[in-house]
Amino acid sequence: MTGQANDVRRRWLLAASLGNLAFLYAPIVVLIAFSFNAARLAASWQGFSLRWYEALTRDHALMVALQNSLLIAVASTAIATLLGVSAAVGLERLPQRSRAALDGAFLLPLVMPEVMMGVALLLFFVLIKLPLGLLTVTIGHAAFNVPVVLVIVRARLRKLDPSLEEAARDLGATPWRAFRRVTLPLLGPAIVGASVLAFTVSLDDFVVTFFTAGPGATTLPLKVYSMIKTGISPEINALSAILVLASMGLVALSLAIQQRQRLSQ
Amino acid sequence: MTGRPVHHTIARQSAWLLAPALVWMGVFFLLPLLVVFLISFASRGAYGGVEWTFTLANYRDLADPLYLYVYARSFGLALATTAFCLCLGFPLAYYIAKAPARWQGIWLALVLIPFWTNFLVRTYAWINVLRADGLLNALLMALGIISEPIDILYSDLAVLIGLVYGYLPFMVLPLYAAIERLDDSLVDAARDLYASGWAVLTRVIVPLTKPGIVAGCLLVFIPSLGAYITPDLLGGARSMMIGTFIQHEYLVVRDWPLGSAASFVLMAMVVAGLWGYQRAGGERPL
Repeated sequence: MTGQANDVRRRWLLAASLGNLAFLYAPIVVLIAFSFNAARLAASWQGFSLRWYEALTRDHALMVALQNSLLIAVASTAIATLLGVSAAVGLERLPQRSRAALDGAFLLPLVMPEVMMGVALLLFFVLIKLPLGLLTVTIGHAAFNVPVVLVIVRARLRKLDPSLEEAARDLGATPWRAFRRVTLPLLGPAIVGASVLAFTVSLDDFVVTFFTAGPGATTLPLKVYSMIKTGISPEINALSAILVLASMGLVALSLAIQQRQRLSQ
Repeated sequence: MTGRPVHHTIARQSAWLLAPALVWMGVFFLLPLLVVFLISFASRGAYGGVEWTFTLANYRDLADPLYLYVYARSFGLALATTAFCLCLGFPLAYYIAKAPARWQGIWLALVLIPFWTNFLVRTYAWINVLRADGLLNALLMALGIISEPIDILYSDLAVLIGLVYGYLPFMVLPLYAAIERLDDSLVDAARDLYASGWAVLTRVIVPLTKPGIVAGCLLVFIPSLGAYITPDLLGGARSMMIGTFIQHEYLVVRDWPLGSAASFVLMAMVVAGLWGYQRAGGERPL
């Protein structure tokens, strides 16, 4: 009898969970479907077509935006990975109390409303007279990505057995050598996963970019935004579909890299 | 081995390892926030610049009923978003937490993937669904629930849908962590003692998973309160929220001091929320 009641309960929970997933994914599916719609006004289905994707390839400004986006993502990911990994290792070695305080401080950018970070950086750059452009956007992206890398690498580091590095030290390895030959290889997948995620977050960012980009630093999300604001053209669906699939793919890749190691241990 | 020198080298090492990140975040995160704080006490120059005087006028101006209304509606929308996310997210988190370990990873990945995916594009995707000639209206009319299209897009309802959609994963993750630790035998014991389903939920499950509930609610409430993209894309001309108000003051009106004061009030709310989170014994969100 209890078993039966449990079954009913589980079935209800499953239905609710599937409903949640439908809610999370339905708009994305609709978007992708409509990007293949031949109709100019996306309201009704007029047959399958790739014309909006073709239109994108002819858009020169779009290619420039793609270039800018990639440049910013690569540079900001490199900075964030370097600083984030180093800080994660440093934090692990601190005494418990100062570690807890710094942990909290590094989390702040993750929960700060993005619009605040955007306007603060804008004011700051204007005040120090640094012209807005690719450089300022890259700096801003690196700032919100350091905590992203830090949190992921820290989580992994905490699960490592400290006696491994200690053993290497006892066998005469220098601290740097022990770190490089023992800890770093174990951290590898977390670092790669974190940088793939940081790269994606940079590629996707709109708000901070919006405030810190000058006229010459249009990125793909800024381009999408201006297309939305100037009127719905079917090309946005095609561009959005590409962006959403690319970033979903990258996130899945990042999770898979992090997950694989967890399973292999 | 003497403990002290080793301790010192380790402390020095960690200082060097931490320094680059601390300097970067200090200069490009804390310092800009400090600038916002200082400018919130300055006054607006003749041509939209900043005049360095000390005044509380900006904060006084924020008490204008017009602005208070913006704060109140943001607060209300954020609160409603939190409530909906909790009601939707709890069954999902419960299901994942009690699923076989193999499936947990897959379900969590399915929740996490949209969470890290392009927020602007995901919000834009709702425009296709909510438009007067969009999918939702077509569906409702086909089902005979409505006879002619209703205006959902560019309304508070659209903003609410967009916010719930955007921040649902923030709710599910901490709830999952809390429910996973929940001891099933306590739930079974309550059922064996003939507690009703509702009593089991409110007297056993909710009290035992309270830290996760508090964490999830704050993690949804904070970004909803300061949301920018959602009200900007899905809200109407009159559905301004704090985020859009700040952007408007900075880039359209070019009243930086007033925009800074508004930012700082938002920041104070965020910090108060985080403080509550820590006090409730909250854990790290990710």
